[in-house]
Amino acid sequence: MTLPQTMPAAPEAWTLPSKGRVAMFSFIVAETSIFTIFVVAYLFYLGKSLSGPTPRQVLEVPIFSTICLLSSSITIHLAVHYLRQAKYAAFKLAWFLTFALGAIFLIGTGIEWNKLITVDGLTISTNLFGTTYYSLVGLHASHVTGGLIALGIVLALALAGKVNEKHEHHLDVLSLYWHFVDAVWVVVFTVVYVIGR
Amino acid sequence: MSSESLPISGLAGLETKPRPTWIEVLHEWLVTVDHKKLGIMYIVYALVFLVVGGVEATILRIQLAIPHAHFVSPQVFNRMFTMHGTTMIFFVAMPVLFGFANYLVPLMIGARDMAFPRLNAFSFWLTAFGGLLLYFSFLGGDGLYGAGSTPDVGWWAYAPLTSVAFSRGHSTDYWTISLLVSGFGTIGTAVNIVATVLSMRCPGMTLGKMPLLVWLNLVMSGMLLFTITPLTAAQLMLMIDRYMGGHFFDTQAGGSAAIWMHFFWIFGHPEVYVLIIPCFAFVSEIVPVFSRKPIFGYPIMVAATVCIGFVSLSVWAHHMYTIGMTSYENAFFVLTTLAVGVPTGIKIFNWLGTMWGGKIRYELPMMWCLGFLFQFLIAGLTGIMLGAAPFDWQLGNSYFVVAHFHYVIVGGILFALFGAFYYWFPKITGKMLDKKLGHWHFWLFLFGFHMTFDFMHIPGLLGMPRRIYTYEAGRGWAIWNLIVTIGVFFQAVAVLMFVFNMIHSYFRGRVAGNDPWDAWTLEWATSSPPPEYNFAVIPEVKSRRPLWDLKHPEDPDWKYE
Ligand SMILES: [Cu+2]
Repeated sequence: MTLPQTMPAAPEAWTLPSKGRVAMFSFIVAETSIFTIFVVAYLFYLGKSLSGPTPRQVLEVPIFSTICLLSSSITIHLAVHYLRQAKYAAFKLAWFLTFALGAIFLIGTGIEWNKLITVDGLTISTNLFGTTYYSLVGLHASHVTGGLIALGIVLALALAGKVNEKHEHHLDVLSLYWHFVDAVWVVVFTVVYVIGR
Repeated sequence: MSSESLPISGLAGLETKPRPTWIEVLHEWLVTVDHKKLGIMYIVYALVFLVVGGVEATILRIQLAIPHAHFVSPQVFNRMFTMHGTTMIFFVAMPVLFGFANYLVPLMIGARDMAFPRLNAFSFWLTAFGGLLLYFSFLGGDGLYGAGSTPDVGWWAYAPLTSVAFSRGHSTDYWTISLLVSGFGTIGTAVNIVATVLSMRCPGMTLGKMPLLVWLNLVMSGMLLFTITPLTAAQLMLMIDRYMGGHFFDTQAGGSAAIWMHFFWIFGHPEVYVLIIPCFAFVSEIVPVFSRKPIFGYPIMVAATVCIGFVSLSVWAHHMYTIGMTSYENAFFVLTTLAVGVPTGIKIFNWLGTMWGGKIRYELPMMWCLGFLFQFLIAGLTGIMLGAAPFDWQLGNSYFVVAHFHYVIVGGILFALFGAFYYWFPKITGKMLDKKLGHWHFWLFLFGFHMTFDFMHIPGLLGMPRRIYTYEAGRGWAIWNLIVTIGVFFQAVAVLMFVFNMIHSYFRGRVAGNDPWDAWTLEWATSSPPPEYNFAVIPEVKSRRPLWDLKHPEDPDWKYE
């Protein structure tokens, strides 16, 4: 079968969405359904514990660490913005702030858990509240940890001077993940500390 | 592989390398990131497990052939039906479909590889590792307690059977971890397919010009993103219960066993569609080529698939009518279940419409697709019967249900898959599958399938529950069970002939050429098997049938689309 190639060339430029962004959005959809199931379980078991302690007795609203985590969304956005304009010093500062704010959030969670375990005697096996609370907040914290590891690697590379505006796309995709982690915290916060108390 | 015979550009000088040693070949396959090699690995892996799962099914059927049989003990029977179900769904059906998706999607969209080749390899090895973990439980399941070997909780593992009190040892943990690990692999594959389809298409291939196979795999991957992770979440909760003393499914501490059912079936029902949609995809490619007509109602097909994707996310509790839900819940799930039948019916009419007035060639791929159409219709009808709550109260958990879903999975999914094997084997290996053996395979399997699964409905109607390891004589079940078991052997022989056919044809088969079926999609525009880079020059397309346009420059499709 010998056929000449007769197809006329495609008239206008052929552009498709960036595969990094598409993949990250797909991943976020998958993550959203994991969190949805844990949130549903939390709400379903609200007030069904057969023994104490209850959320109202022991939970304190973590205002400070919440503010830290949410502002880290702004700093990472700025960081990518500065990188795009090749303002490296500003980029490094903003990226470091993002990392630090995320770390403060995680430390806050650690302090909160320490108090719950040692002072209030609430562990994952104490009652249904403990089971659902630690798994939902823990699932989120593990995502923050994963994000911090990625942020930390980028930070180390940036301090070594190995990040330039060519990497803007990769960091943009990473920032999508970080925004997602923050957005999930808004939901977790609402469910655990507002509705749940 | 002479370049002149390729409709889309030639290959630059093919370098001849010395024949590699077996260790080099093995190394090449182990570290490969090529979508075609990974696709073949998925498929071979699934075929191995198909034989394993088939042996398990045969053990079950021998035990049930006559009343009061003592072929296996009740414990072994429980392990076998658990392993059979888990293996067939997670380590046969999913990998084989991923294998075809991996192999075909980049070729059909004129790309050189998937969007993320290394993620692709990672996903495959996760899936492979998951399957190994499941079967390692034969060795490791005893754990420290000396109790239990291989999971025996059924493939849906209802609570509280999975609690530490009722599942001693580690067999259930192997089940959990195996599905968790392969689930991560599945997410990777789904993300990869979505990114490939949306971001890697060759110039000119707008969404409306993609082959239906690509569209349907996109929908499948999108569904996986929504449905695999609920299973992951439920497995995490089960692990927390078993290892950290959590109470998610612990009714004595206020937990709920029913919520496990919900979480499992939120995954479990869409999973059926995840498996059948790629099979719709095969049929949608094969039927037009062998009817010598373009697919009838392409936009309707796409719309119906997307519609199925969404509606099937809201039907899960039709697996749970018998646990006693409120009448509102029952009504909701009956309505959604019946509704999902509508787009599915539309698809059947589209395939019939494609064949209508066509010049049908009764080649093997087409024969399997015709079997698929007929059996899938019947499976759909019993599905609608079971979707009505009152009918399900009567027959839920009986052999009628087992017959119904095997009609879907074997009569639908497996038939379409066999069709896909006969259709794309020439592309993947460069050799045709033997026709005579293929006819033996088809007719033996068809006969065995109907003998087994047609008659399996009857003991169900007579009240035989599923998952019992034996039964009393004189209930009227014995003769039907015997017929069902005999049918299994016809299918087993047919499958062995198929495996033999593949091995035989791979070495001795007739050379296929690049385009043995006179087909129209891009994978037939390159050599068989395709070179590592697929296309020397990235093609440009103007219609849904780019090869038709090339073969018929006087009457191209793009003038009409
Ligand atoms: Cu279902």
